[in-house]
Amino acid sequence: MANAVQDPLSEASLADPPIQLLDPSGKLSTDARLPLDLATVDLPALYRDMALVRRLDTEAIALQRQGELGLWPSLRGQEAAQVGAAYALYDRDMVFPTYREHGVAWCRGLDPVSLLGLFRGTTLGGWDPYAHHFNLYTLVIGAQTLHAVGYGMGLYRDGSTGSGDPDRDTAVLAFLGDGALSEGETNEAFIWAAAQNLPVVFFCQNNQWAISAPYSVQSRIPAAQRAAGYGFPGIRVDGNDVLACLAATRQALDQARSGGGPTLIEAVTYRVNAHTTADDATRYRAAEETEDWTARDPLERLRAHLETTGAVTDEYFTDLEQRERDLAERLRAGCRGLADPDASSPFEHTYAQMPADLRQQLREHLEFVSTGPQDGEQK
Amino acid sequence: MTVSMVKALNDGLRKALTDDPQVLLMGEDIGRLGGVFRVTDGLRKDFGELRVVDTPLGEAGIVGAAIGLAMRGYRPVCEIQFDGFVYPAVNQIITQLAKLRHRSAGRISLPVVIRIPYGGGIGSIEHHSESPETYFAHTAGLKVVTCATPNDAFHMIQQAVAEDDPVVFLEPKRHYWTKGEVAPATEVPLEQAVIRRAGTDVTLIAYGPTVPVALEAADIAAEEGRSVEVVDLRSLSPWDVTTVRASVHRTGRAVVAHEAAFSHGFGAEVAARLQDEEFHFLEAPVVRVTGYDTPYPPSRLESDWLPGVDRILNAIDRSLSY
Ligand SMILES: Cc1ncc(C[n+]2csc(CCOP(=O)(O)OP(=O)(O)O)c2C)c(N)n1
Ligand SMILES: [Mg+2]
Repeated sequence: MANAVQDPLSEASLADPPIQLLDPSGKLSTDARLPLDLATVDLPALYRDMALVRRLDTEAIALQRQGELGLWPSLRGQEAAQVGAAYALYDRDMVFPTYREHGVAWCRGLDPVSLLGLFRGTTLGGWDPYAHHFNLYTLVIGAQTLHAVGYGMGLYRDGSTGSGDPDRDTAVLAFLGDGALSEGETNEAFIWAAAQNLPVVFFCQNNQWAISAPYSVQSRIPAAQRAAGYGFPGIRVDGNDVLACLAATRQALDQARSGGGPTLIEAVTYRVNAHTTADDATRYRAAEETEDWTARDPLERLRAHLETTGAVTDEYFTDLEQRERDLAERLRAGCRGLADPDASSPFEHTYAQMPADLRQQLREHLEFVSTGPQDGEQK
Repeated sequence: MTVSMVKALNDGLRKALTDDPQVLLMGEDIGRLGGVFRVTDGLRKDFGELRVVDTPLGEAGIVGAAIGLAMRGYRPVCEIQFDGFVYPAVNQIITQLAKLRHRSAGRISLPVVIRIPYGGGIGSIEHHSESPETYFAHTAGLKVVTCATPNDAFHMIQQAVAEDDPVVFLEPKRHYWTKGEVAPATEVPLEQAVIRRAGTDVTLIAYGPTVPVALEAADIAAEEGRSVEVVDLRSLSPWDVTTVRASVHRTGRAVVAHEAAFSHGFGAEVAARLQDEEFHFLEAPVVRVTGYDTPYPPSRLESDWLPGVDRILNAIDRSLSY
């Protein structure tokens, strides 16, 4: 009986420790599998963005508690994975996020307020996916992985991959969770990307949990090891190490752009908060586990590095604190300012051209909304 | 005993697990967590992980594996976490689950229940408020039922588990926390509609999430001197044409309320049957009050988009205006 097997995962994990370039104490190291030229990395900027997305997340949780948002999926603990991956992107690369990629959205230059509408119930999307090459959040687990594949097929047909022109070659970065590995559609995406050698990088944030399901419910081997079965490389990195995440994504995107095909990156990280603000993680996991992971905090280690190496001054931190306060204020004001959608908007955006019959429904609906009940007596 | 619908379902499932060792539950987060709505709370602890299974994250897997288990003599009760996440399983439901009895000339029975929390009005994000009942009701070989009270939840889930055909069991999540009296036994068969409120002027047909709304509308209409009979369909496939016909036969008027979209919705089926079989007794066209022919809107718009009390009262007015 599979359930009786003694935690096979930890053995497999030991055999394949995630690559690390920055350890929890803030010390740098190198790894031949993952070369990173530090001259190309702006460490203070990386830390600043991680700190700001953490603040964004904290503020959104507060807004949910105050009733301004219906729900919020927290990214806490996953800042390094998201910011590291995002820093490897070219502007023209296309991103297909899940619902938790607030850190990537931030780095793509989205107005952070636009992330809130979906969770406030004022919109189903909230931003122009083409403007920042950042698709709308996909809430249906795994669905976006196939969209990434199709986008990659388009790039291939456009000659925008493997052309050798550094201003032209483009890649796709698809995010997914550990739970998403189990959906059939994700596996179809892996197969398509492999068989057609598509310029798609799959970035799996293995945050150890899919709501209440620990990773062992989905898999008995590390996610990165699955890639070999499909026929493309998999790489396992410390997802709380922003440099390892950046280096791995950069390497994989370079390979994809140059026509070298897909990669699966497994960023080993941890969902520090409950699944969403509606979830109660104490029902299924031990506080000690969360404390363990909090000790491996992605921000702390880079901060330690910046401080011990004297890479930044005190002003850097004072300035960052001010930016965090400004961001929080912008989110609070922006959230409350998000207007309710027009009653007609669902009708207008269902088809390119509104069918006559739907137009009639819209007329009746608007009349109902503006006049209320016909006899005016009911609430 | 007065309990919430969630508790009634939990009690019903507990009883099903106790009464028949072949019954088992499968779904995402149903074990350790007890389900995102806590419908299966405590069951894994009491019945073990072989009977209350936390599955990998894949709906096709849940239903596909349930078919195999059923072929091996088990009676799986699958939980789909939310209405909008059933679609990865629809291939298994439509091409296999619904058709294997027919394909095997009756040799294969698949007593599988697929529980789905459904419907809107909970202020949620996309895919958490949908009403997919007609996709299933339109598929021969599936039974489709929905409860509207804790009492029905308790009894209907057990009746569904006892069925030898696959049952799509829709739970109106908006009313999960509504409390009601639960009787120890029931005489009402799974497929029978129930008259929730007797009336003489118009028959208001509802099911699942629209039943409490219909009753509220009937109360208000009564204050205005209109006597509304409320029929709770409970089962959509098969559906109890007899009870509905008898009611409309008396009132001469019918209004159907559901959250699913207007066109091709269940109301169309009801209207078609009534005009066919009660044509000479109808004093007004059958009026439908439903969601619109758009995807479910952002939650800030849902209260006007859904068929609420006011829209139902308008529909009653329209019916009575003939
Ligand atoms: C097809 C589908 N089934 C179920 C759900 C409900 N659901 C939402 S998030 C989630 C867990 C996802 O886990 P994972 O992929 O690890 O991502 P994480 O939430 O950890 O970022 C589930 C089951 C869904 N959104 N889509
Ligand atoms: Mg996860």
